Amino acid sequence: MSATPHSKDDYDRSQRTRWILSRLVIYSLLVLWAIVCIFPIYWTLTTSFKMAPDVMKGNLIPWWDYVPRWRGWKSLGLSPDTIFNVSTVREEFLKRFFNSVLISVSASALAVMLGSLAAYGLSRFSYRFGFMRNSDISFFFLSQLILPPVVLALPFLVLYRQLALLDSAIGMIFVYTLMVLPIVIWIMRDQFSAIPVELEEAALVDGLSIWGAFLRIIFPLALPGMVAAFILALVLCWNEYFFAALLTSTDAKTLPVMIASQTGSQGINWWSMAALSAAGILPLVMIGVLLEKHIIKGMTAGAVK
Amino acid sequence: MAAHQEDLLHTVSVDDVSPGRVRLGKTLLWASAALLFAVFGIQALFEAGAIEYGFSNWRPILYCYILWAIALCASQVLVRGEHGKRALFVLPAVLFVVSMVVFPLLFGVYISFSDWNLASLTGRKFNGLDNIRQMISDPFYWNAMYNMVIYVAAILVEYAIAFGLALLLNAEIRARKFWRVAFLLPLMLSPVAVSWMIGKSMMEVRFGPLARFARWLGWENPSFFGSPEIAKLTIMMMDAWTFIPFMMIMILAGLQALPKEVLEAAKVDGATPWQSFWEVTFPLMVPVSITAVMIRIIFKLKLADIIINVTSGGPGGATDSVTSFIFREYRDRSNVGYGTMLAMVYLVLIVIFMTLVLKVADRLLRRPTTLN
Repeated sequence: MSATPHSKDDYDRSQRTRWILSRLVIYSLLVLWAIVCIFPIYWTLTTSFKMAPDVMKGNLIPWWDYVPRWRGWKSLGLSPDTIFNVSTVREEFLKRFFNSVLISVSASALAVMLGSLAAYGLSRFSYRFGFMRNSDISFFFLSQLILPPVVLALPFLVLYRQLALLDSAIGMIFVYTLMVLPIVIWIMRDQFSAIPVELEEAALVDGLSIWGAFLRIIFPLALPGMVAAFILALVLCWNEYFFAALLTSTDAKTLPVMIASQTGSQGINWWSMAALSAAGILPLVMIGVLLEKHIIKGMTAGAVK
Repeated sequence: MAAHQEDLLHTVSVDDVSPGRVRLGKTLLWASAALLFAVFGIQALFEAGAIEYGFSNWRPILYCYILWAIALCASQVLVRGEHGKRALFVLPAVLFVVSMVVFPLLFGVYISFSDWNLASLTGRKFNGLDNIRQMISDPFYWNAMYNMVIYVAAILVEYAIAFGLALLLNAEIRARKFWRVAFLLPLMLSPVAVSWMIGKSMMEVRFGPLARFARWLGWENPSFFGSPEIAKLTIMMMDAWTFIPFMMIMILAGLQALPKEVLEAAKVDGATPWQSFWEVTFPLMVPVSITAVMIRIIFKLKLADIIINVTSGGPGGATDSVTSFIFREYRDRSNVGYGTMLAMVYLVLIVIFMTLVLKVADRLLRRPTTLN
């Protein structure tokens, strides 16, 4: 205590000013960091509606210091007046967009399927594959996490060329499944160990097989965990760039590769780049806002006991 | 020990596996294996030029492998009955990972001792230890390695910021969900988009809002990628921007799981907030923090996307990470052999480093429990 309060009144007042001060500090820090987080997204969205002079003058607030135009979106063929016209840029963009959707959704689904089965098996039975016991098998799966992509990238490049999987969606799905599988297993192991084993024992007594018990009793209970794992995997796959840049060229190119190839070229307009980036991040911003609960659940699984 | 544990889920298995069924399972397995080897042999001979007919690529071998994998799963059930059905839970994932990781890794070791330019027609040339010799005298590779050390060290700062933000979110505030979503958003964005949004447009010297802001603060000529030190710092900040939410969420989960009574008790005993943080909260948060930092290190070691897209390693390799360096090395010279050797050495160093980190973490985690 720095100052000794003379009476109860004084004490209360000092407490209150202290409380107000702490509120002030907390909220100003919150606002500051929220600006740090949101401003780049805001900047990208608004820039996609700017004309060249607006960019140069550094105007920031629409309808206040500049008039929003569909300029950037027009160059993508996605503005209201061009949406019904034929546009090669839009076709290219949509092709990349759906490649990304196809690859990330399939890879996440496959990873959740393989990973959930493995995690369930490891949480319920004891295995012996050669010298490997359960803990070794778990470690084998989770250790994939530290494998940097660059180690596998070049061997994959050569092998995929031989297997004619280069630049194919199915090849990318396999790579991405491999990439997110350890994370899925990590999350699902935690989920299954939280489900009491008595449930299956009851089901077995009632005459279900182990697979029957898994599908009819455990699967519905573990579904929320699977959704969390799926969404986290989806985010990772959607954003992946390194493998896509190496292993795809024309057919299976994903959205990040398209965005990256546009940034490299000189003379590309800010507004069209902004529109492209905005179109690339919007699905994920939406997922982040709407499914935040699942993402947090996925990230914190296994971390807090 | 987990190794000698019994099944958690006990099953009364009625193993009525007839000899015919066992025979069927074994035949299935060996027939598919024979097919795999036969097709592999034909293709290998065809590629070597010994026979005239074969396939145009190795795809059929992949199909045969998948067929063999399915046969393996089926034969497990046929031969081992109930035990086989249990193995079926783990077997698909194990087969997938083995074929996608172990096999390419071995293949990677094989090509890392060769001079293999994918663009040229000469194909693979075994060159012994030449790649290692070249690597030892490659200043850019070791420079990238040194950069990685600095990038990993920056995690400490990220951790401190993430902890602060988690404390903020854990305080009594209104609209907590709004703040949490806002703080989480950077993690959702693809590094490639972030490279453009922040690195290429907001930091653009003439018109970028960050450059304007820096000028307003009094930095005469704000070039964020001009000098090596500033460029490195900029890359670190952009990477931190995307990944701080990740650590923040984990630490926040840890804070919310803290036993309320302990904190209350500290308050009753007259501890100041500062004291109760360092004496109570922080020690209790050590396990979660270690998990968060470890996962963050793992992700940091893969750092490449932002560097490739914003600076492509420049100026003069000052911002290179190992991954982005190898990526450029391959792009420029398309030499698969040398790049793979660099990656393999990186992997070995990572494994050694992570083992050490795990050991240290283990000790840190054990200390609080022995004190109790």
